[in-house]
Amino acid sequence: MKSTILKTASNYLLPILLLFSIFILLRGHYHPGGGFVGGLIAAIAFVLHSFTNGTDATLKLLRIHPSSLIPVGLGLAALSMAAPMLLGKPAMTGLWFDEPFPVVGMIGSALFFDLGVYFVVIGVVLTILFTISQYSE
Amino acid sequence: MLIAVLAGLIVATLYIPFGKYLKGRLAILASALPIGLFAYFASFIPLIGSGKEASFHYPWVPSLGINFDFHLDGLSLLFALLITGIGSLVFLYASAYLSGHKYLDRFYAYLSLFMAAMLGVVLADNVLLLFIFWELTSISSFFLIGFNNDNADSRKSSLIALGVTGGGGFLLMAGLILMGHLSGSYSIQDMMGSHEFLKSHTLYGLILLLVFAGAFTKSAQFPFHFWLPGAMKAPTPISAYLHSATMVKAGVYLLARLQPVLGGTDFWTYPLIAIGGITMLYSAFHSIFRTDLKGILAYSTISALGILVFLIGIGSPQSLLAASVFILVHALYKAALFLITGVIDHETGTRDVTQLAGLRKVLPPLAVGGLLAALSSAGLPFTFGFIGKDLVYEATLHTEGILHIVLTALAVLTNVLLLYAGLLAGVKPFTGKLPARYDHVHLPHWLMWGPPLLLSLLGILFGCFPTLADNALLKPAAQAMYHADINAPLKIWHGFNLVLLLSAGTLALGTFLYFIRKPSASGLKRIERFENLSPKHLFSTLARLVRVFSRRYTSILHNGFLRAYLFRIILFAVCLLAFRLFTGGPVQFVLDNVTPISGYEIVVAGILIVAIYLAVTTPSRLTAVVATSVVGYCICLQFVFYSAPDLAMTQFTIDTLTVVLFVLVLFRLPPFLNFANRSVRIRDGILAGAFGLVIALISIQVLNQPFDDTVSRFYGDNAYLLAKGKNVVNVILVDFRGMDTMFEIVVLSIAAIGVVSLLKLRLKTSEKE
Repeated sequence: MKSTILKTASNYLLPILLLFSIFILLRGHYHPGGGFVGGLIAAIAFVLHSFTNGTDATLKLLRIHPSSLIPVGLGLAALSMAAPMLLGKPAMTGLWFDEPFPVVGMIGSALFFDLGVYFVVIGVVLTILFTISQYSE
Repeated sequence: MLIAVLAGLIVATLYIPFGKYLKGRLAILASALPIGLFAYFASFIPLIGSGKEASFHYPWVPSLGINFDFHLDGLSLLFALLITGIGSLVFLYASAYLSGHKYLDRFYAYLSLFMAAMLGVVLADNVLLLFIFWELTSISSFFLIGFNNDNADSRKSSLIALGVTGGGGFLLMAGLILMGHLSGSYSIQDMMGSHEFLKSHTLYGLILLLVFAGAFTKSAQFPFHFWLPGAMKAPTPISAYLHSATMVKAGVYLLARLQPVLGGTDFWTYPLIAIGGITMLYSAFHSIFRTDLKGILAYSTISALGILVFLIGIGSPQSLLAASVFILVHALYKAALFLITGVIDHETGTRDVTQLAGLRKVLPPLAVGGLLAALSSAGLPFTFGFIGKDLVYEATLHTEGILHIVLTALAVLTNVLLLYAGLLAGVKPFTGKLPARYDHVHLPHWLMWGPPLLLSLLGILFGCFPTLADNALLKPAAQAMYHADINAPLKIWHGFNLVLLLSAGTLALGTFLYFIRKPSASGLKRIERFENLSPKHLFSTLARLVRVFSRRYTSILHNGFLRAYLFRIILFAVCLLAFRLFTGGPVQFVLDNVTPISGYEIVVAGILIVAIYLAVTTPSRLTAVVATSVVGYCICLQFVFYSAPDLAMTQFTIDTLTVVLFVLVLFRLPPFLNFANRSVRIRDGILAGAFGLVIALISIQVLNQPFDDTVSRFYGDNAYLLAKGKNVVNVILVDFRGMDTMFEIVVLSIAAIGVVSLLKLRLKTSEKE
């Protein structure tokens, strides 16, 4: 789309939206939000960028193809699921650090699970949309 | 024990990564598995021979009554030794027979899988476990029959076999569950305790019907026998192993195993005698008209299975002992004949019995093996077959009343025909003058003639020294079927009596038949004229009708128009919900508990209605898309009003992405066509209105029900205590029900892969244009 305003805006919106998506992801445990919505917002950020700069430019910016985020996310979620088993607890037992971390807050296995969901959602949405847009070009 | 049973499954998976190293000379290593298992099971012989039994218990799903319960008695041990023993020889044989085959690793993987499944069937004490292994044997047999998967005939035969045995398995499952449910335990050992109860229950007849259906389809009893000759499309070692010595005997095993639970009544005895009798005579008669060696063997195998069912049906101590002897006799000589046929096929390239002659000059060890196996099948004195046949006659002679004449006549006639078939398969190819075209035939690798020779020699060994097998194996096996002591030692010589006379008569008649009747293609033609009436033909007709029906059904229901799918789905949902709503009691229309409607809700509802109107009536696609997304956002706002922020956020982003998706493909779509005319719109509008009304009525109904908040209170109370989260929705997603989320993201990934591969596929075809 050839709109200068949108193009300029999208360049600034991309980092802000990404930051926002991470914020949504992190606050999910205490307030509305979470990995799924966060992932969708991050995906929208990239889609907006690809709208104005073309899919190829976004793919270049990403460096890796979004489809490779899917196995990363699945692996992360699976690992956080299986991690408690190493400590002799049933799978999916929540493991938490005792003290909260600065900025992030409490860190536990559920957070990594959510991070896995986040990556899978970005990967799936971008893979589908970019494939369709490349097909329609 | 668990490891022994599952070893085949474990090894089968190992073939996936390591199979490619096993194709050359190392193929013989694959035989280590069955040989090891044979040694393991052989170590139980002293225990079983001393009259004891062994039980093994490993919990699996104890809450459903499904456990890895194994029970080893004489019957199980006999089968386990047959499975692993003949399995060892077949594994060795195949390493030479299929040497250098492209898919040898696959072959061994299927074979190991089958062996594990078969061991599971004969060792399982839990009927559900037995059923699982039972189905596994059907599936591995399907793979093995269709092993030459580039051959259309092979594929068809494997499908027929799977269809027949799978259908029977399905009925068997119902029967086993019924038995387990009624007797209160899924363990066969426990069921024996409640056999009186089961036999007097009103559902006893149904149980028998279902169990018989499973056993008859698996063991190729008339009228389900037709899949077995087709299964001969498999490589010959498979026919020898699965379709003669072991798998087809699973049905016989099941009947023998359930004899103490269900047997002994008229409903058990007469159907088994009738079906077994018909099968044994019908297929013995058929076998003598075949000219293909494997065809002869296939029909004589069916006949032998008929004899076994027949003997189990009679159910007297003699007949059960005869059955257990005959299982071993038949496995030994039939497997030997099959393996010999394999060599002949491998070396000469034909299995046509009218073409083959004089091969004794070029394949001497096989001529010896074939002769010995044929003699054992003929039941000559000092072969194991002699003892087996004597016992069969003794069993039929000891039945009550007029029946014993009929049954004995049936058995004699069958044996005469089987004797002829055995001579045809084991002797005919080796006698006479060697045709010049087979001069070049030479003896193959010793692994190919060793196993059949060994099997035939065993038949003679047991024939001369029956006590070798008797006390240790066969008597415990018969006792397991009879569930009481049987005192009838195997003897070579019973003195001059009627049985001996019958035996001699059978021999004389069979040999006479062999010398006067020559196999010919015209005889085969004559019998094939009746093919149109055969059960196989009926089955294929049925299968064709099902295909025609499903094609019509598909073209009506799956016409490829999204609007048609949506219309039907919603119509069905409306009917179903409305039916439940109005039959579930009076519909109460109480609005007391409803929160008052606020001003901005009315505003949003107004926007919603306008957007819907636009979406339905606009002639522009872009307007329609925008209007639809406005509808979506309005619904999101409703979620916000009713304090579901997580839902609203997700819905918002999803709606946005949907619009984006639309915009991406908008320019690629064909011009906007208005499919709907006025009457279609009115129809759809009525359906949509009805759907909305039903949902609204249900929602109001729900408000009037007492609200059970145990679940939500649990989550609310424990979200922070157990999962350290304050957002209950998110805690449920990532912690309490994390497993669901895990599967959801897996599904998402699969969907992405699906979309990408579909689009890439389209890209390629458009590139071609």
